[in-house]
Amino acid sequence: MISYVIRRLLQGVLVLFIVSLVTFFLIHAAPGGPALLTSPELNRDEVAQIKENLGLNDSIPVQYVRWMRNVLQGNLGTSYSTLTPVSTLLRDRLPNTLLLGGLSLLLSVIVSIPLGIASAIRRNSVLDRALTGFAFLGVSVPVFWLAIILIIIFSVELHVLPSGNMFTVGESFSLVDRIKHLVLPVVTLLVLNLATLTRYTRSAMIDVLGQDYIRTARAKGLESRTVIYRHALRNAMIPVITIIGVFLPNAVAGAAITETVFAWPGMGLLAVNAADTRDYPVVLGATLTVAVIVVFSNLLTDLLYGVLDPRIRLD
Amino acid sequence: MATEATQWEATITKERTSRSWKSLAWRQFRSNRVAVISAIFLIAMYLVAIFATAIAPYNPNEVDISATNARPSARHLLGTDEDGRDVLSRVIVGSRVSMTVGLIAMAIAVAIGSLIGGVSGYFSGIPDSILMRFTDGMMAIPYFFLVLIVVAVFGSSFQNIVIVIGVSTWMGVARLVRAEVIRFRDQDFVLAARSIGVPNVRILIRHIMPHALSSIIVAATLGVAGAILLESALSYLGLGIRPPTSDWGAMLSNSQAYVFADPLMAVYPGICILLTVLAYNFIGDALRDALDPQLLRG
Repeated sequence: MISYVIRRLLQGVLVLFIVSLVTFFLIHAAPGGPALLTSPELNRDEVAQIKENLGLNDSIPVQYVRWMRNVLQGNLGTSYSTLTPVSTLLRDRLPNTLLLGGLSLLLSVIVSIPLGIASAIRRNSVLDRALTGFAFLGVSVPVFWLAIILIIIFSVELHVLPSGNMFTVGESFSLVDRIKHLVLPVVTLLVLNLATLTRYTRSAMIDVLGQDYIRTARAKGLESRTVIYRHALRNAMIPVITIIGVFLPNAVAGAAITETVFAWPGMGLLAVNAADTRDYPVVLGATLTVAVIVVFSNLLTDLLYGVLDPRIRLD
Repeated sequence: MATEATQWEATITKERTSRSWKSLAWRQFRSNRVAVISAIFLIAMYLVAIFATAIAPYNPNEVDISATNARPSARHLLGTDEDGRDVLSRVIVGSRVSMTVGLIAMAIAVAIGSLIGGVSGYFSGIPDSILMRFTDGMMAIPYFFLVLIVVAVFGSSFQNIVIVIGVSTWMGVARLVRAEVIRFRDQDFVLAARSIGVPNVRILIRHIMPHALSSIIVAATLGVAGAILLESALSYLGLGIRPPTSDWGAMLSNSQAYVFADPLMAVYPGICILLTVLAYNFIGDALRDALDPQLLRG
């Protein structure tokens, strides 16, 4: 078990190394360089001076090694455009993204599991058909469009919820205000996650319910509820947890777009803006942070298998 | 020697291919009404895209400042945008980019994915380890960030967007193809082909890959849906193909600024994306049922 965790951690480090390499070389292969160099207020000498100061004149591998050495010492560099340390930017933004992403993922798990089970038990019922239809809509709808439509309905027409930001600017902290600002972005992401998760719970549950041990459990006279929740659900959760792991990069993408629509000050918005201005250190820092989260969650889901199914040995 | 091998190979291949499963699969697909409607819808949409300039009632880029943000009327069926451009014409012409990006990007993803997955599954060992770690690494990169970076860095021409979406979404196909190749590479017909001296590359392409084809088709269909969504998201973020070439994502991005003044503007392009992607998803799902080998055996 411990050796398994260590091996997976090493693999994770390797993956992160690849991520950093790909991102770094891609972004530095750009013709033109960071946006601040194209500012009309700078003359040629000043541009050359800035380039020299930022170390942009060295060869890309040299720059990579220097950047990596700093990263390993916990120094992610300084933003080109705001001159704030990248770690400060990330520390400000990451909790907001985790709040938004975590809350909607949590809610979608809580909602989708019972729905998936109900759908699996009563296959082809009205509920099942309705949920199938909803799932197709959920995976087909453009996130940003859904967000805009929600804004149109709840902010423009009904005036009940704010159309963006994390809190009302200029007002003192109030929990109600915070929650109101959370509702629309969370619902947007919820619809997205719910569609996928309900479908997977449903099909995993259908698979498990066809197994022999379920028939045995029923044959010995156990109540239907006990069979489903104690015997079937636990095994059905294994593929569902895998999907949550695989699904994560998708969820990150969804969160990035949602943040942009609602002007939610998270990692996604940070990365979108940084990519736009070619703020190299910020882009690299944000991408690496998200990659760390993804790798770590994948490891966590693998470890959860062992907890859920003692037959799976991790070694 | 080589010709002899080819002859034998032809014999083996002929015995394996039966025409019946194709007709079975086709019958199964046809019985799915939603999928058939989706297919007809998509064909119609592609026809619209091909003949867009002929169908559009106005020039999509023609500015008319006397009629900005007009409500739908007999003159402008879907109204006009902030520059007085006809929304219906823009939606019709905008279909061109949105409808083709997905197809081409997916073709690229399938090509890369099949190559990497095929080599990885067939040769196993060290090439497999290297290729699969690389695939894992690519999967751990939040692909959306990757696409974002590439487009921001290299610019957002049609060509760049198609390539970057293809290059960042092949991993699923690679894993799928690898699993299928591993499933078949030790079977008797592969052994037979190898024993008569068919070269490895040919075995892989001619004898193993056809078995992976149905899964690839399903993944590709669903992948087109994903690629269309991704392209529209990029356009929405302002990283799509530059104006005045309109596409649905860019129209939406534009509409958000006028969401209070003219909310309807946001509705139409979104519905177009939704219906197109939905149709692809329905077809992919129906193909999965129709091409299911378990079903075909029965």
